[in-house]
Amino acid sequence: MDFSMQNRCLNCYEFILPNIGWRAIFSVEKEQLICQTCEGKLERIEGEQCRICSRPFQNIDEKFRRGDLCHDCFRWEEDPEWHGYLERNYSLFLYNDFLKEIIAKFKFRGDYVLAKIFSEFLKKRLTEITPDIFVPIPLSKERLYERGFNQASAILLEAGYQPNHLLSRIHSEKQSKKSRSERIHLPQVFQFLPDIQLAGKKVVLVDDIYTTGSTLRHAAKLLKEAGAASVQSLTLAR
Amino acid sequence: MRFVIKNNVLIPGSNTDGNSLPISDIPSIPQPPQNPNFPYNNDLQLLLTGKQLLLEDIPIAFQEVQSHYENGYITYRKGIHYEGKKPVCTRCGNKDPHHFASYPCSRCGETCLYCRRCIMMGRISECTPLIGWNGPVPDTILPSKIKQWQGTLSEGQQVASDHVTTAIQQNQEHLVWAVCGAGKTEVLFAGIEAALAAKKRICIATPRTDVVLELTPRLKAAFPEIKVASLYGGSEDRHLYAPLTIATTHQLLRFYHAFDAIILDEVDAFPYTVEESLQYAAVQARKPNSAMIYLTATPNQKWQRECWTGKRAFTTIPARFHRHPLPVPKFEWCGNWQKQLQKSKLPPNVLRWITARIQSNKQALVFFPHIPLMEKALPILRQLDPTIESVHAEDPNRKEKVQQMRSKGIPLLLTTTILERGVTFPNIDVAVVGAEDAIFTESALVQIAGRAGRSKDHPDGVVTYFHYGKTEEMVKARKQIVLMNREGIKRGLLDDKK
Ligand SMILES: [Zn+2]
Ligand SMILES: [Zn+2]
Ligand SMILES: [Zn+2]
Ligand SMILES: [Zn+2]
Repeated sequence: MDFSMQNRCLNCYEFILPNIGWRAIFSVEKEQLICQTCEGKLERIEGEQCRICSRPFQNIDEKFRRGDLCHDCFRWEEDPEWHGYLERNYSLFLYNDFLKEIIAKFKFRGDYVLAKIFSEFLKKRLTEITPDIFVPIPLSKERLYERGFNQASAILLEAGYQPNHLLSRIHSEKQSKKSRSERIHLPQVFQFLPDIQLAGKKVVLVDDIYTTGSTLRHAAKLLKEAGAASVQSLTLAR
Repeated sequence: MRFVIKNNVLIPGSNTDGNSLPISDIPSIPQPPQNPNFPYNNDLQLLLTGKQLLLEDIPIAFQEVQSHYENGYITYRKGIHYEGKKPVCTRCGNKDPHHFASYPCSRCGETCLYCRRCIMMGRISECTPLIGWNGPVPDTILPSKIKQWQGTLSEGQQVASDHVTTAIQQNQEHLVWAVCGAGKTEVLFAGIEAALAAKKRICIATPRTDVVLELTPRLKAAFPEIKVASLYGGSEDRHLYAPLTIATTHQLLRFYHAFDAIILDEVDAFPYTVEESLQYAAVQARKPNSAMIYLTATPNQKWQRECWTGKRAFTTIPARFHRHPLPVPKFEWCGNWQKQLQKSKLPPNVLRWITARIQSNKQALVFFPHIPLMEKALPILRQLDPTIESVHAEDPNRKEKVQQMRSKGIPLLLTTTILERGVTFPNIDVAVVGAEDAIFTESALVQIAGRAGRSKDHPDGVVTYFHYGKTEEMVKARKQIVLMNREGIKRGLLDDKK
């Protein structure tokens, strides 16, 4: 928007020192949005991880692991009702204290512009996934009004992708307090808005945080049943 | 939200209605006349009197809010207004384009500009109405005895107390310049009593939550039958209507033309830009005709100049409650201490100063300008005594370490400027290493010096600024302290040294 905007960190407002060096001379530097201190506090998910949900295996107890799956995914996959719907989840960063704070500011305080922090990382991952359709996890009408925007759509829009609002919520969001079995046996949370041909399409679901995976699996199931060839998901944090 | 104007009244409009506009785009907001027969909601009256809230702050259905507006009991103001083409946040006064951003808004269906600067109080955007009260003010019933506090004031305090009371009664501005340890809270009691007796609404605002938490019980004890609202981020009194409010300066942003008197504590604690926005908040929160009392231990240069040239009404309390002079800082050149630290060494005179404290069992605070350098000094000093600690703003054990220092479990505490104010230890010496750093402003240095000699049993303390090049700020700080001591002597507020 404003040229001077680029000189301050979107998160902490500190001045960003320009990158001077051969890289800056020979390449078109991409716009720097956050300072190095803030970027340094984002922890990439790396190393060995769960084949489905990308939970890092580092620092987790052996008993929560079943081969190349984490215990959670193993249990989902052994259930014939849920087997194979969510092909793969990608998460960009560990949900550490710093990211918690940023996501809270972004989503609950409503500081929309913070979505831009993730755009470059998101683009990079989406170029690898190469989906046909980008589906944000929806909010209920009440929640959407309350927040003013859907965080998942915001992440997509700011990264330059057009979100497809294929889903809507039938039940409220307040499910985090429910037990696992309640979540699994909950009737479908979403409903499909059938105005698009899904047959043979590769879908990516987008959300801010991967917590239990149950939201994404409910959505994946619905989309697969509606004809999607594959459903993967991408979240900022897990 | 979107609105349309019908019969000179604002009516909510849907996003699809082409005639409706986000509230900020409506040229002028009509205020319906008060309907005297309207049965207004008392809870709403208590919640909104003197406030500017967002709809989501009000736990009452919108229809009821709207009917209060239509009957003239509630005002709607634009959350963001324009000065020419420049957006201004009505709540916090922000005009800086860095602190605005926009988003596709599902409330108004447009690209909506919002203010990032006051977003921690709830987001204000172009479609946000700020809601206030336009009806009668709630009545307060006064107890027969307002003030229970019966302590005595020092001579210096008494003079300031009288001036504060007059300023509050006559809706004037007044600055109380009280040295660290003068006892500034007691100075307010008489003025607060006078305000309450006149059924005025009064607020003490301070930058730090700790201070709100510390002041609340003291004021509740001094005025036991007066309702006190204690406001900080996440406090439970958020919706409490009270004649006496103690709030963090941020919380003032929720008030509009509320107070007959505001006492603004530690006006020196902010950098200038922050100070500007808090001034805006204070101006919004006070009634147009009201009193403003500023409290500070170290007014900035501009204010000092205004005081000495007669442009600002002020009272000094130049002496501490215990009638001993303030320790005057000594300057000691210590060479390129940063370079020394890179080689894991400390300048010899700094090391000597610290060793002497350790050997004579005198506790001390040693200030550093930056965390990394302080962390470099720690292992060196731990060779003298392994129980030496360091503390900084983000230290998770900050509280415990301060507590340990108080109970004398730590001989020497290295610190950044976070301990420059507020915290007191009874008997300590103070050193600053790298006093030339820009972070050590005049006000910071005066506050740091103010940590020494606080108790009447140990009124002396050594204050040393170690530096690599004496700065203007150091000189000004020392001058200010000397000046206060001189005035203390002149006014007979200090006991003679034998
Ligand atoms: Zn930053
Ligand atoms: Zn997994
Ligand atoms: Zn809007
Ligand atoms: Zn604002």
